Amino acid sequence: MIDQDLIESAIAEALKTGGEFAEIFVEDKRSSSAYFDNGKVEELTSGRDRGAGIRVVVGETTGFAHTADLSTKGLLEAARSAAAAARSEGGAGSVNRLAPSNAASPNPVLILPETVEKIKKVELLKRADEVARSQSESITQVSARYGDSRRRILVANSEGIYASDDQVRTLFSVACVATGDAGMQTGRESTGRPIGFELFEEYDIEELAQRAAQRAITKLNAKPAPSGTMPVVIGSGGGGVLFHEACGHGLEADLVKKQASVFADRKGEKVASELVTLIDDGTMPKEWGAFAIDDEGHPAQKNTLIEDGILMDYMWDGLRSRSQGRKSSGNGRRQSYMVLPMVRMTNTYIANGETAPEDIIADTKHGVYVAHLGGGQVNTATGDFVFGMTEAYLIENGEITAPIREGNLIGNGPEVLNQIDALGNDFEMGSPGTCGKDGQGVPVGDGTPTLRVQSLTVGGTAA
Amino acid sequence: MENELLAIADEIITLASSNEEIEVIVVHDQETDIRVYKGELESFTASESQGVGIRVVQDGRQGMAYAGSLDMEILNETLLEARDNATFGTFDSMLQIAEPDDVEPVNLNLYDSALKEFATEDKIALAKELEEFIIKSDQRIVGVESSEYVDSISASAIVTSSGIRRSSYEGGCYVAASSLASDGKDMQTGFGYSVGRDPKKLEIEKAGSLASERATRMLGAQKASSGRKTVVLDPYVTAQFLGIIGSTFSGESLLKGRSLFADRENEKIAAEILTLIDDPTDPDAFTATEVDGEGLASRRNVLIDQGILNTFLHNSYTARSMGTHSTGSAVRSYNSSPSVGAQALSLVPGTKSQEELIGAIDNGILIQGVSGLHSGVNPVSGDFSAGAEGLLIKNGQLAEPVREITIASTLQRMLLEVLDIGNDLERLPMRASGVSLVVADVTVSGV
Repeated sequence: MIDQDLIESAIAEALKTGGEFAEIFVEDKRSSSAYFDNGKVEELTSGRDRGAGIRVVVGETTGFAHTADLSTKGLLEAARSAAAAARSEGGAGSVNRLAPSNAASPNPVLILPETVEKIKKVELLKRADEVARSQSESITQVSARYGDSRRRILVANSEGIYASDDQVRTLFSVACVATGDAGMQTGRESTGRPIGFELFEEYDIEELAQRAAQRAITKLNAKPAPSGTMPVVIGSGGGGVLFHEACGHGLEADLVKKQASVFADRKGEKVASELVTLIDDGTMPKEWGAFAIDDEGHPAQKNTLIEDGILMDYMWDGLRSRSQGRKSSGNGRRQSYMVLPMVRMTNTYIANGETAPEDIIADTKHGVYVAHLGGGQVNTATGDFVFGMTEAYLIENGEITAPIREGNLIGNGPEVLNQIDALGNDFEMGSPGTCGKDGQGVPVGDGTPTLRVQSLTVGGTAA
Repeated sequence: MENELLAIADEIITLASSNEEIEVIVVHDQETDIRVYKGELESFTASESQGVGIRVVQDGRQGMAYAGSLDMEILNETLLEARDNATFGTFDSMLQIAEPDDVEPVNLNLYDSALKEFATEDKIALAKELEEFIIKSDQRIVGVESSEYVDSISASAIVTSSGIRRSSYEGGCYVAASSLASDGKDMQTGFGYSVGRDPKKLEIEKAGSLASERATRMLGAQKASSGRKTVVLDPYVTAQFLGIIGSTFSGESLLKGRSLFADRENEKIAAEILTLIDDPTDPDAFTATEVDGEGLASRRNVLIDQGILNTFLHNSYTARSMGTHSTGSAVRSYNSSPSVGAQALSLVPGTKSQEELIGAIDNGILIQGVSGLHSGVNPVSGDFSAGAEGLLIKNGQLAEPVREITIASTLQRMLLEVLDIGNDLERLPMRASGVSLVVADVTVSGV
């Protein structure tokens, strides 16, 4: 993307004010999307973003600047502007000749989306619309979105990293509105993988559209969710986001370092039911949060965070691991060249258990079964979280019964980890997600087997 | 800067062929983001970014392309992509680029030169001052997770082949902090902020007190008992709800049959004391703007007038499709085509302070924070359920803190159940301003 000599001189320029560490991150991203709504192709959009971010670290201070101008002049100016904010008495640092090293990608791409005719992408949207509408007369509105991106990155730093990655992603989603006597309900489904257009050979768009439509139709007959504290069974693949939010974020070293995490200073301690093994794995082939290298040039890794209930380790980026004299765990990620990297998750999941899922339900007298959780939010310092339920049912006398709607799950991450009292043997990854932290979004995956939380607050609208 | 951006847009417009309409938006943003931690500069980010968005309409078909670059070669490629994309759109006779109307933009002076003159050292000092203020404010404050100063100067130009040619230059700044409080057993967080256009006028003490008080007063919080209660929403919480209510006034949801309030124009949808305004021409609103996302003058729109639904919001497309005129409510960034949205929402404030509002309540809750609101609202049906925290109100006084509760109702009922509105209008770094709001009959679930 950029000549190696220029990369090296930009790093050298960045170190001139005495920086201890300097890094250049170059990104060239092309994306395309198509949106279908109300029977019409509303619009196709194509985008191109290209630029470089340069950071310099001195002690606890980071200086950062970015530019869309990749000429020698543009890069050196950005280097000087980053260096101006991070100076020391140490004098100029030097850069050794960088040796390129690349990690193998866990995501082989067969068909680059940019080589696929746009009309094929549009046809997928139309088909999804037809299939969703054919599910029932009650489906009154359908929208569908197609998106792909190709993000090429190059990272080089004063510690000798010189690595690149070519990250392709393809995403498809369908949203339906069903109209009944008691008003309108929505249902949504999505699929996405860090691969090319072959996604649609592996994954059936019609099935996706059916599921989105059925979700909306089911909710037409749903009762308002109950309120109160009760056992909650979370279906496989449908609730990984809860553990991402309620536990994963608290295990990010940047938050831990500032004591803004309930898991700070608890390494080696029992923090969860012994059924729980929590893993973050950026190497999972074709999963939404997988990549060859993170946005600091470190290879993706599989990291066990909690093993049989014991806290094993946190997740680390370069900045946080350097101050601890340890290695990055491959969790340094950024939304784009315009922002600093932070500790971020990749694919975060609860490992498989041994119990048959039907036994878990049969063993639950009364409670709620959540087939699919919606978005949520967590306060990492307290561990308190809240999640919407996008598909849920009552459990009555050991059986899944009536669908319920408009309810939240509310609780506390560490408490929930300790309250998991049954773990299924039916592990599945969930839908592709975007994790937001500090205003930055990055693609992540999550997964769980069926599991039961002994007691959790359900906040519904039933009186 | 504005003239340079206009010149780039003009150049692309000259490339329009006779069978197409083109709209070009060019933006240039400068931002400083300073974070301090434990009295030291933690990070200093100087950003300068630019982008161009090109929308092409050809025989009722629309295509869009954008680039985060002003490089002429990339811009040419972007125009070709937008043109190509347009050939795949479905024909819609209402699709056109906006045309000039007879409303002239008001000059709002949204850029204060004090912003550019404010030295980097002074910006760092502000963030440090805020951190220090919070640490010293209360013994139970054990840390400040982040204390930051942010400013931005945005220039933009919109030029269309239909004759619109407008630009804007806006500046803004804020300080914000998040505190950590502990009583040895419990840990709580709180945030505070102050927004403005002149950094010298930012209120460090106000921001610091907010961050400190929000955390310390929540220490020892328990779950609340369930039931239907009267709640007082803190200004920040009200603003979050206004954002969601505002989206139901979008001409886009109306056109697609997704608005809660379709066919309710001129009907009573809220309590009589409630008047909701979207006014991007109010220079004190943080998101004030002179022109909208299609280059039309922004204007003051009264959405709910003393409880009566007065108007929906429109861009030129939704207006044309529904036989009305644009309300100057096109919202967008350079990488998207114009949608419709509120830009600077606010309730007309009442006469009482929050303390007086609380004084009138025997048994209720002051809600100081909600979470999961977006995922908990069904904007089509209006049902919502959100996680919440706050303080119990007993006999007109604030009492014990409560957490891990949920509040639920419907947006429709909530608007009708507004009992009172405070006089404490608060400007926030979002598309809505806040004010204390008393709402009756909200379902609270706790234990």
